[in-house]
Amino acid sequence: MGVKEQVIAIIAEQAVLEPEDVTLECTLESLGIDSMGLVESIFAIEEAFDISVPFNANNPTASDFDITSVASIIAGIERLRAVQG
Amino acid sequence: MKRVVITGAGTVNALGHSVADTMAAMREGVCGIAPLAFRDVERLQIQIGGQVRGFEAEGRYNRQQMSLYDRFTQFTLAAAKEAIEQSGLSFFGELSARSGVVLGTAGGGVSTWDDNYRLVYEEGKNRVHPFVVPKLMNNAAASHISIEWNLKGPSFTVATACASSNHAMAQAFSMVRSGMAPAMITGGSESMLCFGGVKAWEGLRVMSRDACRPFSANRNGMVQGEGAGVFVFEEMEHARARGAEILCEVAGFAMTSDAADIVMPSKAGAARAMAGALSDAGLNRDEVGYINAHGTGTAANDKTECAAVADVFGPHADNLMISSTKSMHGHLIGGTGAVELLACIMALRDGVIAPTIGYQEPDPECALDVVPNEAREAKVNVALSNAFAFGGMNAVLALRKI
Repeated sequence: MGVKEQVIAIIAEQAVLEPEDVTLECTLESLGIDSMGLVESIFAIEEAFDISVPFNANNPTASDFDITSVASIIAGIERLRAVQG
Repeated sequence: MKRVVITGAGTVNALGHSVADTMAAMREGVCGIAPLAFRDVERLQIQIGGQVRGFEAEGRYNRQQMSLYDRFTQFTLAAAKEAIEQSGLSFFGELSARSGVVLGTAGGGVSTWDDNYRLVYEEGKNRVHPFVVPKLMNNAAASHISIEWNLKGPSFTVATACASSNHAMAQAFSMVRSGMAPAMITGGSESMLCFGGVKAWEGLRVMSRDACRPFSANRNGMVQGEGAGVFVFEEMEHARARGAEILCEVAGFAMTSDAADIVMPSKAGAARAMAGALSDAGLNRDEVGYINAHGTGTAANDKTECAAVADVFGPHADNLMISSTKSMHGHLIGGTGAVELLACIMALRDGVIAPTIGYQEPDPECALDVVPNEAREAKVNVALSNAFAFGGMNAVLALRKI
């Protein structure tokens, strides 16, 4: 499974949806993922890719990790893997 | 001052996953203590306990709930559902705004601490699940009851080791008696039966390797249990006005502190708590027919408790019955008083006295009627429930038949 498929699987599990219902344009909000679901998703992403995501729940928009959409999350993971891998 | 009654009861413990099953087991003198089953149990010297069997979180709670519910919370929520459904109360409006949850636990989410210490120390991981803190916190169980049942009044958790539940129920009782709350959900829970939880107790060298035999001359220590007991305490007129079934009345309580030793019990502290509960309830000593003992099965507790009973009751001590159901469900630590309250309800409502099982040899220092090995039918109008904790903190509840 590639990064994209893995991220979609993680987010789909959090949103209690089928992976085919999660597209790159979706926002976490549009998928019904709240702040608790977001920190759980980030934990699952860190575990799956063995990376450390610079995300502070106190100020989600200020971190370098862009959580605007599924696509931006995937792009962020790929950048982190390049740096931390 | 309002009168306070119990209109709902629920439990999960080694004897059963409901009040009916637990009382049936108590009547039959069933022993719920058995070999422990969990990871690394072979490294323990103590390998028995009153473990809850056949209670699977999977299927009962969804994935999101499981990530937030430690085992002590799972037990509590199952017991709360049974109790609140029995009471028939639904919490909305004024009733919701003023009713709350007071629970006891000594350790809270012990297995969550244990599992995550394993991950970071033993397995060398540097990351834990985001919900470790909300899962292990001592008030998690009370919070989830409040959330699930829309209870918006005063809610908190009490930790006084082995007396936690009795302190919690005494607090809930005084809130309803004073008119502060029309109803309170109360009781307690504990789930320490994991490697770290039992290992810690092992260190104290007060645990039995074979059985819990309270008051028996050959007793050799306590046996841990796990589970929850939850009750609905309700203002009596409120309960009568809606035609609720009343299980019994909570008539009074007392809390005392030994101010002496951190682990050794004090006869005076225990006696003052029993006498204080009767005085608070306005009851005479000779009205007491049954005492659910703290009765841990340790050498020190049982003889001290019997001496305290003799001091408080004088000649009447020989007329009353006193039993320890820890012989059957083990010592539920912070949840123990809650599960043991069921034996008091059974005595008052059903006229059945739960036995002290595993009793083999009379001990002259425990020369009371301990209802050895077999349940007994008897009419009882007043019962006491004792809890005497490490730290010298004692809480006794007085209950009356309605």
